[in-house]
Amino acid sequence: MIIDCPVCGPRHLAEFSYGGEASRTLVAMENTDREDWSTYVFARQNPRGPHEEHWQHSGGCRSWLQVRRDVTTHRIEAVRLIGPFAGETGS
Amino acid sequence: MRLPDGGNSIDRGQPLRFSFDGRPMSGFAGDSIASALLANGVSVVGRSFKLHRPRGIFAAGTDEPNALMTLREGGRREPNVKATEAELFDGLVVQSQNRWPGLGFDLMAATGLAAPVLSAGFYYKTFIGPSQKAWMLYEHFIRRAAGLGAASLEPDPDSYEHAWAFTDVLVVGSGPAGLSSALTLARSGVRVLLLEQEAVIGGHLLQEPGTIDGKPAARWAADARAELESLGATVMPRTTAWGYYDGNVIAALERVSDHLPTPLPHQPRQRQWNIRAGKVVLATGAFERPIAFAGNDLPGVMLAGAAERYLARHAVVPGQKVALFASNDLAYGAAFALHDAGIAIAALVDPRETPGETVLQGLRARGLEVRTGQAIVAAKGRQRVRSIHVAPFDIARGALVGGEDLAVDTVLVSGGFNPVIHLASQAGGPAQFDRALQSFVAGAPREDWLATGAVTGQLTLAGALGDGARTGAEIATGLGHRTIASAVPTVADDRGPGDMPAIFEIRDRQRKHGKAFVDFQHDVTVDDIRLANREGYRSVEHLKRYTTLGMGTDQGKSSNIIGLALMADARGISIPDAGTTRYRPPFTPVSIGALAGPEVGAELRPKRLTPMHDWHVAHGAEMMQAGLWFRPRFYPDGNEPLEAGYVRETAMVRGGVGMVDVSTLGKIDVQGPDATVFLERVYANGFAKLPVGRARYGLMLREDGFLFDDGTTWRLSETRYLITTTTANGGPVMQHLEFLLAAHWPGLRVKLTSVTEQWAGMAIAGPKSRDVLRRAIADIDFDDAAFPFMGVRPGTLNGVEVLLARLSFSGEMAYEVYCGSHAGTAVWQALMQAGQPEGIIPYGMEALGALRIEKGHVAGRELDGRTTAADVGLGRMVSARKNFIGSTLAAREYLHGEDREQLVGLSSVSGTKISPSSHLIEPDDAGSGETGPSLGHVTAMTYSPELGTYVALALLQGGMKHLGKRLTATDPVRGKSVEVEVTDPCFIDPEGSRMHG
Repeated sequence: MIIDCPVCGPRHLAEFSYGGEASRTLVAMENTDREDWSTYVFARQNPRGPHEEHWQHSGGCRSWLQVRRDVTTHRIEAVRLIGPFAGETGS
Repeated sequence: MRLPDGGNSIDRGQPLRFSFDGRPMSGFAGDSIASALLANGVSVVGRSFKLHRPRGIFAAGTDEPNALMTLREGGRREPNVKATEAELFDGLVVQSQNRWPGLGFDLMAATGLAAPVLSAGFYYKTFIGPSQKAWMLYEHFIRRAAGLGAASLEPDPDSYEHAWAFTDVLVVGSGPAGLSSALTLARSGVRVLLLEQEAVIGGHLLQEPGTIDGKPAARWAADARAELESLGATVMPRTTAWGYYDGNVIAALERVSDHLPTPLPHQPRQRQWNIRAGKVVLATGAFERPIAFAGNDLPGVMLAGAAERYLARHAVVPGQKVALFASNDLAYGAAFALHDAGIAIAALVDPRETPGETVLQGLRARGLEVRTGQAIVAAKGRQRVRSIHVAPFDIARGALVGGEDLAVDTVLVSGGFNPVIHLASQAGGPAQFDRALQSFVAGAPREDWLATGAVTGQLTLAGALGDGARTGAEIATGLGHRTIASAVPTVADDRGPGDMPAIFEIRDRQRKHGKAFVDFQHDVTVDDIRLANREGYRSVEHLKRYTTLGMGTDQGKSSNIIGLALMADARGISIPDAGTTRYRPPFTPVSIGALAGPEVGAELRPKRLTPMHDWHVAHGAEMMQAGLWFRPRFYPDGNEPLEAGYVRETAMVRGGVGMVDVSTLGKIDVQGPDATVFLERVYANGFAKLPVGRARYGLMLREDGFLFDDGTTWRLSETRYLITTTTANGGPVMQHLEFLLAAHWPGLRVKLTSVTEQWAGMAIAGPKSRDVLRRAIADIDFDDAAFPFMGVRPGTLNGVEVLLARLSFSGEMAYEVYCGSHAGTAVWQALMQAGQPEGIIPYGMEALGALRIEKGHVAGRELDGRTTAADVGLGRMVSARKNFIGSTLAAREYLHGEDREQLVGLSSVSGTKISPSSHLIEPDDAGSGETGPSLGHVTAMTYSPELGTYVALALLQGGMKHLGKRLTATDPVRGKSVEVEVTDPCFIDPEGSRMHG
């Protein structure tokens, strides 16, 4: 599997760490609703097909990425940066 | 027997000696072990797996079910190698397998011991039968009887490599279709990589009687290889593509040195390739399919194409009086070639009405006659075929009438062809049934691959060459190449398969002639398959597991389709309705060494060494591995054992001064205007009021509220902190914090940098530690008021900038001294030098552990992912005045139950050692031997020199509620039980007066 890191370019899977499902709703720090946090921490969509997920280029630029990967084929359909530089294409 | 002339793959100028079961034999360079054994007249090469029947060489390639050998001796001994795949070299030692005492006379076969027991479903019936006692009864017998070769117990002296390759197009197979597609691609300017599992390029071209562009086919193949290489294509012989993975990645095994006695200098034995290809051309060809008949497993029965190949390539003939049993035209080539070489053709038996016109011409030209509408019902003989029974055969009804016996020593059999769809199947292409072939061909591609040639059912030479060229041109066009050089060569004397009726078995309904085999390696007979049907194991997956059909080292390459056809017939359904199994990697066996590659022994994992590593080793430290890190365990005084050494080191720290390397702690530099806000959110305790120049112990929770990590965080300026983590969690904490910044709080102006490798760290501990530092570092005021507990101060030591924090893991007065990694050893040595008057010693992990256990400080064994802050006695640190990661879920009632396992101390009542793997149970007062449930477990144990007994930390249900209670710490695995008393986890100086001193 190759992930096209927006910062470093296409790199082998071995350079990346999986960070879990990305389609969860992040909970704000001010929110102390236990249900909201439980959903965020424990509930997963686990779809068959395209899956939004987080990956970190931990053996490279250490950017966190949001990747859309078809879990039935491992085909990667989209990669984008998250964090302060989200949206920047890098080139 | 070897003919005096011919053989396009052997070099008669290079004779080779080898031994087979101790008998000296000879062959030529270019021989396989199988061709050399045949040349030496060897007919029995092994015994079958279950029934110990004599078996001979049946095939000529990866489909061989019988001829498994053990090659070489000592550390290079390798069992279960197919003689048909292994190349001969001078001095090779070959041993047959699964026979005792010898190949000719095998006790298991002679007594007939195995035959009545080992029918289909034997394993099922034995292992899931009414009683497990059956397994106890049979185990000894099975282990002895059902054997393959034995692996060497010596270390493998050879090395293995992993390599990666990238190509526009990968072509798998160098037969006519593969070569012509590679040529078309290379001539059109496409970057091509061609894999061939054998040493010689050409595949089936090496045995084709026809000519291509006026050249013998084998010559054309050699020229094609030369042209490919001149065009810049990479041609890799001895390389088997064995796995097809997502993203068009093909795993391939290159046998770099298996054809040599030992690898050449600096060469691996094998190289495992991961090849990433834009497109893949699967030109994997087809296996010949046999026909099942009674006695079809006797030595002397061989696939027709295999005999043709041994003759063409090695000038070897399988016998002197040959019968052919074929239901297609291509198989006649073997008989014609043997006839032309002077071998007697005793019978040509064809169940069809007539062979094709080309065959008829060949028969007329040689004066041979064919028995059409007949079948070989049985092969007879003990150690080898002596005769065959031939009878008229009605294709439509499978009925046999009368018949006669004919004396022969060899039977060549061919029931059609099975495309090698293994890689296509792995790539996700569902197999499709082909009526003309009565077999499965590669279905529509899912990954980026195309199949070409015989794998798609294209069995003529011209057809395969044309198909390959077309495939190559299609890919080149798709890649945007404009000049497509698709030259289809001209073939003379081509041949085709003709009609191929569905004949899988000649059924001997009276059972006069004995067993007919489907899977030779696992002794699966036609009757076993019908038995499986009667007993209800009908789906192809059940059939496979029930009979073990196709589960041998050959993975059913010669048997799967026949087995499927027989099951379909027994159920009265069509073959595609009966289904086919999905093929999985590897296509052929891959050595574990090749999969492991260079990552073995000391290279198994990366090593992490601290800046002071060499000093520790030079000063006699016994090193231990903690994760990837190498750390001193203790510094033995002469031959001092560990038990004495760590106690001495612990006592020295409590009474004097010692120093320990803590460079392994995770260190993260946190900078930015929002650094304080960030720390407030990630730590459970407050950081907002931490002044510059002070450190604070912090607890980090996971999002689910459990403890994640602990460590000290030093405030270096208004906007800068240094976080330290536990050694084990340096990486995970960094990743966690980076994720929070990226996913949750992209707006926070904070930058994280891992500085674990950049800072060397050492902890100097003990009541005399301050005296040592005062002498060593002049520009820091060490008075309590100026440098209080938890203070952080920069300074210089011999011109090196150092950063000190007054922290204590040991409970004594202690300081951590950090400096740049480059200066670690210099600073360490300077402090050791400065501490000489105080008798400073270095101490290791064991003493570090002992010191922290005596103080009840938690570490990895207590932070095991199941404990909360309250569980380890740190509940008061958790802030109720702010929200932080984990705060909401940490408030769940479940995490505050009274009977959670919580941290306590344990003291050995009698002073005997507490096993560190103990569980805690109620004392067995009555001495009944009955033990109650586990109430908790010991997490860490040490001898305390100060207390004069063994003490431990434990997680106990109800925790400190049980203060003073007596329990039994029991380790049933080691048979150790000790009476312990529950104590406070802090055994020494609970007020902390020593470290505050």
